[in-house]
Amino acid sequence: MAANPMYQFNVYRIGPEIKINNIDISFTNASLFMVISSLTILIIFNLGTKRSIIPNKIQLLAELSYSFISKMISDTAGSKAKPYFSFIFSLFMFVLFCNMFGMIPYSFTVTSHIIVTFVLAAFIFIGVTIIGFIKHGLGYLKLFVPSGVPMVLLPLIVVIEIISYLSRPISLSVRLFANMMAGHTMMKVFGGFVVSLGIVGGWLPLGFSVALTGLEILVAFLQAYVFAILTCIYLNDALNLHH
Amino acid sequence: MLKKIIFQFLALSLIFTYSAQSAESGGMPQLNPEFWISQIFWLVLTFGLLFIILSKFILPKISNNLETRKSQILENIETADKQREETEKKVKEFDKIINDTKTEAKNFFNSERQKVLDDINNKRLSLEKDIEKEIIKAEEEINQLKKTSQEKITKIAIETSSDLVKQLIGEDINKSSLSAIVEDLSKKEMEKHNGI
Repeated sequence: MAANPMYQFNVYRIGPEIKINNIDISFTNASLFMVISSLTILIIFNLGTKRSIIPNKIQLLAELSYSFISKMISDTAGSKAKPYFSFIFSLFMFVLFCNMFGMIPYSFTVTSHIIVTFVLAAFIFIGVTIIGFIKHGLGYLKLFVPSGVPMVLLPLIVVIEIISYLSRPISLSVRLFANMMAGHTMMKVFGGFVVSLGIVGGWLPLGFSVALTGLEILVAFLQAYVFAILTCIYLNDALNLHH
Repeated sequence: MLKKIIFQFLALSLIFTYSAQSAESGGMPQLNPEFWISQIFWLVLTFGLLFIILSKFILPKISNNLETRKSQILENIETADKQREETEKKVKEFDKIINDTKTEAKNFFNSERQKVLDDINNKRLSLEKDIEKEIIKAEEEINQLKKTSQEKITKIAIETSSDLVKQLIGEDINKSSLSAIVEDLSKKEMEKHNGI
């Protein structure tokens, strides 16, 4: 069973079954890694809040990530997006740490599950839409009518814009989920090759596996970054309506 | 944009075909809805707590730290600038004082030297005057002596010669003739002495 590359994505219960109104909310390995990621983020960033003028390493890390995300937000969504800084920061850190914890062998990748990424993306989508309607009222619908488009093409463009807007949560969630799942599956497959080819022929897939590990760490960071920056871009659409 | 949409449809259809196959081959555990509610619940719980703790407690501290550091750095730069300006002013003052002192010392030195030179000059002048006076006096004396010595010598010569003549012949000779002879001789002698 362990040779199945999809086996690593199995969710299983840890501890007793918890049911509220017949709904199963048991603590699973996925929940465990969510908790571990969140706690790690909290511990690292809490250690990074020491009030010293010359920062130590952890403080430097915390402050660098703070300014990194702050700069990312102000670059993509402008100064109006400042109130949403802590949400985007938490989002980026959560996705990043979940991705990174997934890179530890025998661990579980929370973000390789479509339901998790979809809930995050749907929350962002609904939140951004609500913000847009609050900020601009019905004028937010102008988002679907780009300026400077000939009248003949307008109906088609509006339909396409609406479809693209509605597909945002899907693209956002599928991008992260598919990247994580594909990478981990590939690593598992190459790991299986190493075992099956043995000491004679296993070196090539082993080398691939090592290279893939580096690539996957890059992808883990990149996907968290993409997730956060797309959130910023959607937020920018809602905050600064200039179509 | 269109490409993206097509890709998404493809991905979705892929997911659904996978889910259709999952019944027979085990497929993707991601599409097994058994623990979906549990995952959503725990995601909301952990991410919500993370967001609340980060935004309420940790991020304000970090931004506060960054701001204090920034303001402190600005303050330090300001004080550094101020101190540098002050230092420059002080250096200028110092230079000025040194220059003033130098010129003062020079002036003092010059005036003192002038004084000493004047003093020396005065003394020399007065000495020269004295010396000239002495020289004039001495010359006068010498001239006097020259004048008087001639007469005295002739007088003495006349007296001694008259004495000698008296002792030789025991007789007084006419003084005027004697003096004429002596004068004649001395004239000759003088001429000889002066080397004509």
